[in-house]
Amino acid sequence: MIINEPAAYRTERPVTWCPGCGDVRVLEALCHALTRSGVDPAGTVLVTGSGCSSMIGFFVNSYAIHGPYGRALPIALGVKLANPSLTVIVAGGDGDAYAAGAGHLIHLARKNPDLTYLIMDNGCYGLTKGQPSPTAGNGAAGATAVDHEALNPVALLIATGATFVAQGSSDDSELLTRLMQEALHHRGFSAINIISPCAVLGRQPSTRPPDAPESVRIDPATHPSHDRMAALQLATVRDGRTRVGVFYREERNTLHSGLDVTLKRDGYDDLISLERIMNGMKP
Amino acid sequence: MPPFLQTVPDRADLLIRIAGEGGQGIMTVGEILSRAVARSGLHVLADSTFASDIKGGDALFQLRVSPHPILSQGDRVDILVALNENGYRSNETGLAPGCMVIYDDGMALKESGEAIFYPVPMGRISGELGSPVSKNMIALGVLARLLSISADPLRQVIGQSLAAKGASVVQMNVKAFDEGLAYGQDHVVKRDPHLLPVGAGENNQLLLSGNEAIGLGAMMAGCRVYPYCPITPATTIGDWLSDHLPGAGGQVIMTDDAIESAALAIGASYAGAKAMTGTSGPGLDVMQELIGFAGMAELPVVIVDVQRGGPSQGLATKHEQSDLFSAALGGHGDSPRIVVAAADVNDCVGLTIEAFNLAERYQVPVIVLSDASLSRRRQTIPRPDLAHVRRVGRTPHEPSESSYLRYRLTADGISPMSVPGQPGGEYIATGVEHTESGSPTDLPRDHETMTKKRYKKLSAVEEGLPPVEREGAARAEIGFISWGTTQGAVREAMQRFRQIGLPAAALYPKLLWPLPVKALETFAASVNKVIVVEANKQGQLAMLIRAQTKIRPGLIHLYTGVPISPWEIFGREDF
Repeated sequence: MIINEPAAYRTERPVTWCPGCGDVRVLEALCHALTRSGVDPAGTVLVTGSGCSSMIGFFVNSYAIHGPYGRALPIALGVKLANPSLTVIVAGGDGDAYAAGAGHLIHLARKNPDLTYLIMDNGCYGLTKGQPSPTAGNGAAGATAVDHEALNPVALLIATGATFVAQGSSDDSELLTRLMQEALHHRGFSAINIISPCAVLGRQPSTRPPDAPESVRIDPATHPSHDRMAALQLATVRDGRTRVGVFYREERNTLHSGLDVTLKRDGYDDLISLERIMNGMKP
Repeated sequence: MPPFLQTVPDRADLLIRIAGEGGQGIMTVGEILSRAVARSGLHVLADSTFASDIKGGDALFQLRVSPHPILSQGDRVDILVALNENGYRSNETGLAPGCMVIYDDGMALKESGEAIFYPVPMGRISGELGSPVSKNMIALGVLARLLSISADPLRQVIGQSLAAKGASVVQMNVKAFDEGLAYGQDHVVKRDPHLLPVGAGENNQLLLSGNEAIGLGAMMAGCRVYPYCPITPATTIGDWLSDHLPGAGGQVIMTDDAIESAALAIGASYAGAKAMTGTSGPGLDVMQELIGFAGMAELPVVIVDVQRGGPSQGLATKHEQSDLFSAALGGHGDSPRIVVAAADVNDCVGLTIEAFNLAERYQVPVIVLSDASLSRRRQTIPRPDLAHVRRVGRTPHEPSESSYLRYRLTADGISPMSVPGQPGGEYIATGVEHTESGSPTDLPRDHETMTKKRYKKLSAVEEGLPPVEREGAARAEIGFISWGTTQGAVREAMQRFRQIGLPAAALYPKLLWPLPVKALETFAASVNKVIVVEANKQGQLAMLIRAQTKIRPGLIHLYTGVPISPWEIFGREDF
């Protein structure tokens, strides 16, 4: 079924996020991107972990899974393995992606499954009242006194071997929608780190310094996004400015091109192979 | 002489042990002998142990052969083939009177006791052959001669078993076997009474390990996705399925931790595929959160726990039955799950199929318990008849006018389940408490209602399964209850109780959680004293029985890392 109206991608459940929360605009952008990409709600599974931003699955009119903290990515891969024809989108917070789920991210991204991961990065654990997350850097409210460097999500995503890495911001809906469309279109593992500040607690990731809230769009004409070193360099520039746009993209075999995707839907047509297997188990 | 050796109930079966060190080809020769013997129509139960090292350390292959189905690993050695000194010394105490001992005469072995010794110059012969590693085949040749095993079938199995290593390896091994056979003919005078039993004409058998049987059962059930993270002793399920499932339209994927395996299986199940993962105790621990999620979100999934010894890293290659609490009660909150335990290789096939059926029928996680000894044990089983495999699917959501409620309250607690791709079936599978539609709720009545709904499904499980098997006198003094592989030792002890006229009975539950309370209570009412037999310290099944029934069982429990033997039940004098 094709939907022409972004509102039709919204369930009837009212959003439960705080007023001013960046995630509200991420949801809007996602509904627009789904509309423009012509994605069928019945053929889409939105998989989230736990935390504020993971509530997004309740608000999007599609199939959805709201799983334990940190486990969204492997659950989503399971969905995709079972039925590669589904559009599978993973969404959640920076804690899900880079804290509890970091082990899954580094190992599953490099396998290049055909998934899109939307990471709403607010630099804090919002549901538990704003403790600093890995992307919150030194000096963040509530951070330990020990000097530590914030995790650089974009550089990490490029280093994992993800084949599409972008950064967006809830402040720039127009660009964010476009990035989501590109990510959905990308064949392979696409990830967007989305700066989505926590308005009520005043928290945000260190990539978005309070004194320079305006983000800078990456100019595709001058940034060679197929060059991994150039992408890493751009991701690690320390000039106090937040860059949004596509950092890196690569065409590479997906996990599914290495697997037999003709997964049979029922178990009744494989009896011949079972007889053959049992013949091999004769003493 | 240990007292149990005087109680030899059935001379029809033979227990053969081949002992030495890793690298001497103990497993290879054991495997070859198992196959040849099984081909002659006999029942075979083979078990191997080895130290965790890749090479080196003690190695032992044990083969039990009988014209009757074999119930346990046994407890008295009829034939010992010792390829080094330690191989003899560590098995010396378990030798039956008249045991045949074949050993390398290069060993400093002091012949003593009631065994009958056959020294063989394995070192000299293998040296002449220019192949020091061929002692195993020389010993096989002598053994074939002494037991009157036909040589041609053995040569054929040697060829087939070693084919992958190339023609020259096969040639050398057959040559060593022939040298052993010739030495036996020319230089050995048979002084023991043992002969290979006459075959029972079982010509439609398979010979496979417990872990292979789990893989086979999963495929017979229609498993489509098997993610796994390697962990001893569960790894070989994944290895076996990697070889077979992709060719039959399924997928096997190796993950980088056990949490990921459970997550992948649950995701695949949500998308409509029958999915399973396999692990051991440490992996089961870290999967608990996801098992709770599957219970809460009502997603079918099968998890095999091949139990090993001890907590933490424990005894990774040894036997124990100490994960029952973890399987039945692990995880936080009230989350439904079903636990079944396999007793032998045949069970590994049948119970794995049953586990899928239960998972799909009740939309719950089902844990299949196996153990390290069962995982490795190779046993002959009747070839399964695929025409009679019962496969149960989940209750599907049929399109209707009214809006779809995924967690609709029904009489039996089972709600119809849609599959992604199905228009109008969109829903969110969530681990937070939810209403019938899947919307979050924390209202007192909602939590109570939905918890009851999830547990209502379990109340039908016991009655939906075949009656629990009971053996022995209708009224008995002692009634044994055991689970998993220990059931085999109890069955064999029961044979001996019958022989001495002791009125005993035994109950063999496969379903352990929810506890089959009715069957347990009925059984307990028919005996004067209930004794639970299990291989763990805490008496885990006994404790669950105490908690959920009026039964106050006694306990025989051993936790040595070695499976409980029939004698350890039969030989007890305290009941």
